[in-house]
Amino acid sequence: MRLHVLPGILPAPRWPRPGYAAVSRWFAILGLAALLAADLHVTSLHPWSDLERLLGGLVRPDFLAVEGASILYTVAFAVLGVGLGAGAGFLLAIPYARFRAVRIACAFLRAVHELFWALLLMQVFGLSATTGILAIALPYAGICAKVYAEIIEEADLSALRVLPAGSDPVSAFAYARLPEVLASIRAYTFYRLECGMRSTLVLGFIGLPTIGFYLESAFRQGRYGEAGALMLVFYALIGTRRLWVRGWTLPLLVLGAILALPPMVGSTDVGASLARFLGHDIVPAPLRHASLLAPDTWLETWAALWAWFRPILTGQILPGTLQTLVLAQVALVATAIGALVLFPLTARHFAGPVARPFGRVLLVTVRSTPEYMLAYVALQLLGPSMLPAILALSIHNAGIIGYLMGRHADGLTYRPDAPRGLNLYAYETVPRLYGQFLAYLLYRWEIILRESAIFGILGVATLGFYVDAAIAELRLDVAAVLILATALVAIAVDAASRALRRSLRIADLPVRLASTDTPRSSAPVTA
Amino acid sequence: MRAWLLRLATVSVLWGAAVSGPAAAQAPSKPFVFTGIPDQDESRLVERFGKVATYLEGKLGVPVRYIPVKNYPAAVTAFTNGQVQLAWFGGFTGVQARRAVPGSQAIAQGAEDAAFKTYFIANAATGLQKSADFPKAIAGKTFTFGSRASTSGRLMPEFFIRQAFPGQTPEQVFERVGFSGDHSRTIQLVQSGAFAVGAVDYSVWDLDSKAGKVDGKSVSVIWESPTFPDYQWTVRGDVDATYGAGFTEKLKAALIGITDPAILEPFGRTKFTPVTNAAYEPLVEVGRSTGLLD
Repeated sequence: MRLHVLPGILPAPRWPRPGYAAVSRWFAILGLAALLAADLHVTSLHPWSDLERLLGGLVRPDFLAVEGASILYTVAFAVLGVGLGAGAGFLLAIPYARFRAVRIACAFLRAVHELFWALLLMQVFGLSATTGILAIALPYAGICAKVYAEIIEEADLSALRVLPAGSDPVSAFAYARLPEVLASIRAYTFYRLECGMRSTLVLGFIGLPTIGFYLESAFRQGRYGEAGALMLVFYALIGTRRLWVRGWTLPLLVLGAILALPPMVGSTDVGASLARFLGHDIVPAPLRHASLLAPDTWLETWAALWAWFRPILTGQILPGTLQTLVLAQVALVATAIGALVLFPLTARHFAGPVARPFGRVLLVTVRSTPEYMLAYVALQLLGPSMLPAILALSIHNAGIIGYLMGRHADGLTYRPDAPRGLNLYAYETVPRLYGQFLAYLLYRWEIILRESAIFGILGVATLGFYVDAAIAELRLDVAAVLILATALVAIAVDAASRALRRSLRIADLPVRLASTDTPRSSAPVTA
Repeated sequence: MRAWLLRLATVSVLWGAAVSGPAAAQAPSKPFVFTGIPDQDESRLVERFGKVATYLEGKLGVPVRYIPVKNYPAAVTAFTNGQVQLAWFGGFTGVQARRAVPGSQAIAQGAEDAAFKTYFIANAATGLQKSADFPKAIAGKTFTFGSRASTSGRLMPEFFIRQAFPGQTPEQVFERVGFSGDHSRTIQLVQSGAFAVGAVDYSVWDLDSKAGKVDGKSVSVIWESPTFPDYQWTVRGDVDATYGAGFTEKLKAALIGITDPAILEPFGRTKFTPVTNAAYEPLVEVGRSTGLLD
């Protein structure tokens, strides 16, 4: 009679279930190994004098040099791109749980970074509002579909159960399910708009007329006063988001955005460009004039295809993937350390009433700064190596996780005789929040990976580096294969992250920014 | 629910806008749009192309617009998808664009572009001196090209490097290889010592030297390359159909007729002369031998 063994409930594990400590240890060891493999060379000789001039620009911003229209376009692209993406995402969320094909399509949409989407869309739609809006809408549709589906999944079903038999599915959805999830969906969508503004800013770096367009010029030519002013305007936009993005302002925003869209200079022949892009440009070169199924030549065609693909695989995909994973791993561990150091700055029990507001402003500022822009600036200051990319990723993500952890720390209830200072931090707060911390970190893993790949465009030898080269050589077929490979790596990391979260039993903890921004409206905040 | 109906309405309105937008803009006299590869300081580009736009509008009798792009491939893309009808390309980007758009022609080049040169420049700390022969001592140093698709900043220097070190790629010859993005930036990077050696367009070097942006104590020219054909104005083959018969000839005459030093100076050119696609055939061969063209 051994009462504590319940065979049916506890299946024999195939391998020992990893604990928090083991997973942390393995990530740290891998991060250290990656650090040894990473190229951390600083090529610039006077990074400090450049940094000083940059900070000087922030202190003495030149607001007169700011191109007003770029602010308008940034908001307009974000509103319409996110609106379209969220709308499509909502429609996709309904069949999301039932159809594998929908889930795969959404995973692919969100695994391709918006900058890659923009580079592809530009081939057909040129430098136009359509390119800007679709580059945001496509990946955001994939992200929103997944998150909305999760929200719908988690919702309370009690209203549905009391509906009379024979209620039609549309009414059931509209009256019993929607009211349950609408608040969460709304909070998430509004938060997405903030992300959308970061994304549209970054699209300016490749030529769309948003704030990023002028920021890039200003940085490149050393006009730091103008750059500082543009950044401050952008922080103001993000910081005031809650004031101007509300339920009742939405119709005004959408209408205003449509009216404010920049007129296209010149026009592309969309039909002909689309046909050429799909029918020729992205078709692998050996297949442009041959068929893989033609009965007499299929063998040669397959051989030619392999001869074309092999050097891409060995010379670009494999080294690019390795470098991308190395960068992401170092950045992830650096993010973890950064977040653990930073979060006390915003938590009531650690920062005093003077320090806490400063800590909050600091973390909100770094979280509002797009990591691509941080990397661009750091590369200008330090030269092309992995170091600026690591700095950019870890500063931005440590800001995000640190801010959220601070909020969770404030939500904990302590015993009246709890220790203080370092003892409280090390023996109570961190241990109690550690599961939540790992959940956030694992969730950011895939996002960090996507950004790591895109940083190649800036000169770090990750997958984006080879995409940039292929586009410069007008080999769009190679670029398409590389982007596909990047998407597959991102999907694999996402799957690994989910598996780990499940096996650590932290899969149910909140990982979305929006869900802690409005703690009352959704999942419990405390770990 | 209302919010969702609204969002749905937005989606449909948007699709309408996205689909009908370009078509609606096409209606009356279609503006003639051009671009140029962003090979140097943007303020200089804005100055020169702004002047060209005003000049061409007077000569051609159609609205002329300049659209700025952020990198070389974006200029080629704007030409291949038809957003621009005319472009100021480098030798290599011109070849790329004309191969992608059958019927397009090179119509005018700068007088200096028939025999263009690359300068290899080095930071003073390297101790490298100017020589007539290819400076083989640059092996093992850090090296920056300009844009990946630049003729004088990538294609030709890579060709000369492969010639001087047979069987080796630039990545094998140098400790580190970078792509600065444009020629002004190449000069800045070598001047600051971020890279020891760089390859730069000689006309941009001259313009930046004149503008006082080059510190002769930190960076100097160590080698002048043999000559090759470079920049040119390339026009799409379909402009006669859009803007009327004889438009290409009119455009060519207008470009060759530019005598105003205020326009020519920011280009670093003395005048524009007629040219044909055949003048750039040598670059196709070079492109194939370096693997940048199929």
